[in-house]
Amino acid sequence: MLTLLWTDIAVFALVIAGMYGAWASSKKEHLRRPWGQVFESTVGVVSLTMLLVFILVGVLDSVRIQHHDTLASGEVSEHAKTLSLLDIVLTPIRTRVEKTYSMPFAHTAYAKEMVADSNGQSQWHYPRLVFAVSHLAYPEVEKTSDIGNKILMGVAVAVLVWLLLILFITGIRGQHPFKQDTNGLKSCVWTLLAVFLLLGATANLAPYYHILGTDKVGEDVLYQAIKSIRTGLVIGALTTIVMLPIAISLGLMAGFFRGWVDDVIQYLYTTLSSIPGVLLIAAAILMAQVYMANNPELFTTLEDRADMRLLLLCMILGVTSWTGLCRLLRAETLKIREMDYVVAAQALGVKRLQILKRHVLPNVMHLVMITVVLDFSGLVLAEAVLSYINIGVDPSTYSWGNMINTSRLEMAREPIVWWSLAASFVFMFTLVLAANLFADVVRDAFDPRANN
Amino acid sequence: MINYILRRLLYVLPVLVGVNILTFLLFFVVNTPDDMARMQLGDKHVSQAAVDNWKAQRGYDLPLLWNEEEEGFAQASKTIFFEKSVGLFVFDLGASDNGRDIIADISQRMWPSLAIAIPSLIFGVLANITFALLLIFYRGSYLEFGGLFICITLMSISGLFYIIAGQYFIGKLLVLTPISGYAPGMDAVKFIILPVLIGIVGGLGSGVRWYRTLFLEESAKDYVRTAKAKGLSDLQILFKHVLKNALIPILTGIVVILPLLFMGSLITESFFGIPGLGSYTIDAISSQDFAIVRSMVFLGSFLYIIGLLLTDISYTLVDPRVRLD
Repeated sequence: MLTLLWTDIAVFALVIAGMYGAWASSKKEHLRRPWGQVFESTVGVVSLTMLLVFILVGVLDSVRIQHHDTLASGEVSEHAKTLSLLDIVLTPIRTRVEKTYSMPFAHTAYAKEMVADSNGQSQWHYPRLVFAVSHLAYPEVEKTSDIGNKILMGVAVAVLVWLLLILFITGIRGQHPFKQDTNGLKSCVWTLLAVFLLLGATANLAPYYHILGTDKVGEDVLYQAIKSIRTGLVIGALTTIVMLPIAISLGLMAGFFRGWVDDVIQYLYTTLSSIPGVLLIAAAILMAQVYMANNPELFTTLEDRADMRLLLLCMILGVTSWTGLCRLLRAETLKIREMDYVVAAQALGVKRLQILKRHVLPNVMHLVMITVVLDFSGLVLAEAVLSYINIGVDPSTYSWGNMINTSRLEMAREPIVWWSLAASFVFMFTLVLAANLFADVVRDAFDPRANN
Repeated sequence: MINYILRRLLYVLPVLVGVNILTFLLFFVVNTPDDMARMQLGDKHVSQAAVDNWKAQRGYDLPLLWNEEEEGFAQASKTIFFEKSVGLFVFDLGASDNGRDIIADISQRMWPSLAIAIPSLIFGVLANITFALLLIFYRGSYLEFGGLFICITLMSISGLFYIIAGQYFIGKLLVLTPISGYAPGMDAVKFIILPVLIGIVGGLGSGVRWYRTLFLEESAKDYVRTAKAKGLSDLQILFKHVLKNALIPILTGIVVILPLLFMGSLITESFFGIPGLGSYTIDAISSQDFAIVRSMVFLGSFLYIIGLLLTDISYTLVDPRVRLD
């Protein structure tokens, strides 16, 4: 049975909107040309492929069904849990929870413990992990070669799958993707090879090792990092969706109608942007917390609460971030309304809303596109900072910000626990770098000033 | 000029009123003082007497907008809106929820914030401009391509990473600077170096790219071509002409953020344990001290608007072509 949280609905709506946008802009010449430019550039295609991989993970994590877990004993658990498809795919690393910290690829715990040996005497040494590397009898000697074997196997399968994909593409297009004048497909295919290799090796290793170690309560760090992808994407994308309608409608109205409408809208965005963003978010989140504490009956499950808070955070971020785009659109509309074609339309008696829709909006769409892509990476980074000040997502939500926040204390331990921090930074870095590179290519393609 | 400034100052007033009403709505209407009291006192089943007591101590026991029990002007003035919000306009910030004088706290904590913010700004801008000019100078070479890629990489790394990595490598492993803390007077220098350095490195990526676009725009202009035709070297053109003309947007860009330097950096200060306004705000947020958060929101917006005003004025000062009327 399918269960939906509010942000899931938003995610699906976003995916559908994105597909519709792609379909609509493929029919418009003035949008198809710059997009074509994006798809021709190596950097653009590589970063877009990476982004799509992330988005796929995010969407998989948004399809939730009732699922009966298979326990370690082989039985099927009786009460069903609401799990996402991603959770089910990741079952081997989700369910094997150790006692506490362990290093990446370790077979023993990170700290010494009193362990009773076979003679009944207790000894002070590193206990073996319950799940990781349990398939090897002598991990000290066998581990390195076992890891090597598993990586080789995974890589071999990945290459095989990739070759099949190449065959498939060749079959559809009638020629193989390397011998073409189009740069895009070639870059995409090579990026996919890298992704497949990484996935293949990881998928083959993950059931036997904690590749990125475990955290304080013994949960696999790789699992946490992958689960955080959805949170990052939701914050980046949903905020944009909240912000776009406000920014576009107010920006166009201010620029087109002038007069008192312009004054009111200008006043509105000066006031909002004069409040320091973090403080406004903090104030709003504080108030939301008070509201939730006083109305517990509205949020029945922990998941509901966390989801509501994520949604709320996106809305607040949206409300605080529309001012920049609005100002930009107002200035552009001011210029466009003096253009000959707008004057001609007015003279012919076209309704004002119609002029806005037909003649002004399409001509500012490139600004919207550039802003959307540019803002995305900033929002993903902002999530980490906000979670650090405890005004970000709910502490029970998987997010890179929360991972960094908890690992602050781990850095002060002796010896330090670094893998949680490293994992979250690497994942976040990959997503943000891909988004930034893509934004750069999109801006170069759409910005009329960059073309000459 | 004076006329213009006066007119702009008049324009500031409605914006501040707007900010004030917004914060009032957020802090007192969406959630009543009763809700806040329950939240602060912790327990859901706290007695009404305790709530009333909490409110009375902090002056939240008045009606929100209109006091029926008073006479005349006091009907409007003996209210939460008047006592808590209108007072902000004359910088009567009142006491925090745990009874400390906010103005005294702010004037004391302002200095550590400035001690970090000013060197970060000055050295940061210098570093950004230097690297941006270098990129322009080596335009079209692999050096520029590599530099731009490094910029994007630097931009994609979370600011938290710079702080944690800096504290770990420079503070803990190499023991060059203290990891965190602060001391008044000249002793502060050794505590300031690391946060300032991290602030500069963290801002390098986006900063260099921003200045580079400024310089690129400037060097596409006609006078640059003329200078080149006249036989000036690239270096001379870059430093004597392009830099000088690009200084206008650079200066005005800096003026905007000058007043906001008082507010300090939330993250840096709390990581390095610096007793500035940034960590003051963070502490207030985490201890849910609404009075302090409210005051900081108002102060922050006020400083932002002052910054906008200063920008307009600085335009006329640095660029004689701009006339304000």
